[in-house]
Amino acid sequence: MELLRIATAGSVDDGKSTLIGRLLYDSKAIYDDVLDAAEAVSSRKSDEYFNLALLTDGLRAEREQGITIDVAYRYFATPKRKFILADTPGHVQYTRNMVTGASTADMALIIIDARNGVVEQSRRHAVIASLLGIRHIAVCVNKMDLVDYDYGRFAAIRDEFQKLLNGLNVEGARYFPISALEGDNVVTGSDTMPWYNGGPLLSFLEDIDASEDLIDRPLRLPVQYVVRPLRHEYHDYRSYAGTVADGIVRVGQGVEILPSGKTSQIAAIETPDGEAQEAPSKTAVSVRLVDDFDVSRGDMISAIGSSPRTTQTFDATVCWMSDTTELRQGAMFRIKHTTRTAKAMITGLDCQIDINTLSPVPGCASLTLNDIGRVSIRTSTPLVCDDYVYNRTTGSFILIDESTNETVAAGMIGSPNFGDFDSL
Amino acid sequence: MNATVAVTPSLPDTGQLNALESESIHIIREGIAEFDRPGILFSGGKDSIVMLHLAVKAMAPARLPVPVVHIDTGHNFPEVLEYRDRIVKELGIELVLGSVPDAIAAGRIAESSERGGSRNRLQTPVLLDTIRNNNFGAVYGGARRDEERSRAKERVYSFRDEFGQWDPKNQRPELWNLFNGFIHPGQHIRVFPISNWTELDIWQYIADQNLELPSIYFAHEREVFERDGMLMAVSDFLKPGQGEKVSTQSVRFRTVGDMTITAAVPSTATTLDQVITEIAATRTSERGASRADDRTSEAAMEDRKREGYF
Repeated sequence: MELLRIATAGSVDDGKSTLIGRLLYDSKAIYDDVLDAAEAVSSRKSDEYFNLALLTDGLRAEREQGITIDVAYRYFATPKRKFILADTPGHVQYTRNMVTGASTADMALIIIDARNGVVEQSRRHAVIASLLGIRHIAVCVNKMDLVDYDYGRFAAIRDEFQKLLNGLNVEGARYFPISALEGDNVVTGSDTMPWYNGGPLLSFLEDIDASEDLIDRPLRLPVQYVVRPLRHEYHDYRSYAGTVADGIVRVGQGVEILPSGKTSQIAAIETPDGEAQEAPSKTAVSVRLVDDFDVSRGDMISAIGSSPRTTQTFDATVCWMSDTTELRQGAMFRIKHTTRTAKAMITGLDCQIDINTLSPVPGCASLTLNDIGRVSIRTSTPLVCDDYVYNRTTGSFILIDESTNETVAAGMIGSPNFGDFDSL
Repeated sequence: MNATVAVTPSLPDTGQLNALESESIHIIREGIAEFDRPGILFSGGKDSIVMLHLAVKAMAPARLPVPVVHIDTGHNFPEVLEYRDRIVKELGIELVLGSVPDAIAAGRIAESSERGGSRNRLQTPVLLDTIRNNNFGAVYGGARRDEERSRAKERVYSFRDEFGQWDPKNQRPELWNLFNGFIHPGQHIRVFPISNWTELDIWQYIADQNLELPSIYFAHEREVFERDGMLMAVSDFLKPGQGEKVSTQSVRFRTVGDMTITAAVPSTATTLDQVITEIAATRTSERGASRADDRTSEAAMEDRKREGYF
């Protein structure tokens, strides 16, 4: 059964937790005792209808305030597919937690309240989904029951949001008029909206093709760990463990070890299932090389002739995530990129990106919590990287504050998929 | 002419396991590469058995360079202790014990006054002492996010302060597969490599990999009595109270923990395939069916986790 990782996003009170509760409830992923407990709480509070959000809001503070603060991961399966759903917060203050949930997603599920239409948070979520390179987007126009299931309202929101996605170069979004509360078009269809015949959301989630075509993708294998068994039967054995970040690793294949640039061949591959002739992207492998080199954690094994960049300076887009400090030119951090950790200096804060206009904000001196900006970075040792739009693993990094150890920024190497920031 | 057709219940497809397995191995390797001294928590339960199996794979063919850590409440299923000692010996790895009875004897903690004498909460100070005394910068735990709703919120790398506390409102953002394990002295990270596995995934993987489990996971005859709607096993540590009737039933355990709080479920499943068929059809959550400790309040797990629980 294939796995699909979904991140949900929506503004406060768009009904996101209710939608997820509905998906879990209608796909029978909620156990009876969990449901009973939630129903008991809902009736104790004299809610007029059963509050599906109680099924997902996991923290005491969330239940008290009726909002989602942090990402909650949910799991459900249909006979066709297994789903991992990152339920991310809608509140602007918790945008960094939305980025956490979205960074590993194959698909973004964006929820818009039919009464309010496209609001600033919807725009922000669309921009983040595009920045993070999520290839599939489904947009649920929720609370259709509160706008009399009106086609005109749905179409207006769809057209406005699609215009935004066009500007973000996101293709192939699908739109669903739903009522999470009533269950219309979520798991099953609905006869309340005869003008819609696109099928329910769940069928779409079950059927989309999230696989990647690896045939023409050159190998990227960041070395995580050098395995050296100090056992007699494995004398001189040395293998390089890591998770394939792109392409397919094959026995006999010529490879380049970066940053040293030495070349060798793959002699053997161990996968979790044992020895193999090849292993595709996302497999945790350990490989042996024909030659005996000094290879260590942080190095990259890559296909010859398709080298990633080996560099100490690059441009990137960053989401700033600290609520106690700001990002300024000249600041120093630890940077973590693939399996390498180094020091990084912000040599330039080029601009902040205005998420409404998708254009640079002139004359910005710092980035504060939830700001997105363009920076230039110099690192203490070379990083072996690709642009983020080319590969999400070899193109991503985090910045860590050296004194507090907090993760303060999510970074994406190169230019985003939209706008024109190269000329800056 | 309508002959009855025997329907073999079809077992769910297992294609998702490869992705989960690689993800977990990646997390385990990160921790071993980056922490000076991690430990791997092991209860003898199915989740920690799967985690240990993945850790062995992650380092193969080298030996696992990480000690196994068991927080012993003294209220163990004997089958589980036997299993623990055997697997540690087979793998040739170090076993670090944190003992609740020893801590009580030393006056470090007081015996529980809860009904049935549950030592569940007492594990927390012993766990924190064990982490401190062994200078573990990180301990791996076999918690899954589908278990309970505050667990559903926890990061793969879960930061703990000097007091072992989890602050759910201020977790480090966790992006892609880039984990931030930087800590100051006295702090530590709980690493949860099987966060994204469900109970069914665990069982399917155990079947797929042909892993051995302690025998209490399969149906067997046992003396039990009903308390708060759950079937509790009669043992040296837990006796029926007044009016609680003991009967012998065919049961198995869905989780393994302190004998005083781990309930059995009625079952006739004696093979892995039969267990999987039961799990795939069940309508009760693992913790709801078998953990008395989580029935205390709506936020029981969150409160215990804040204090430093697993």
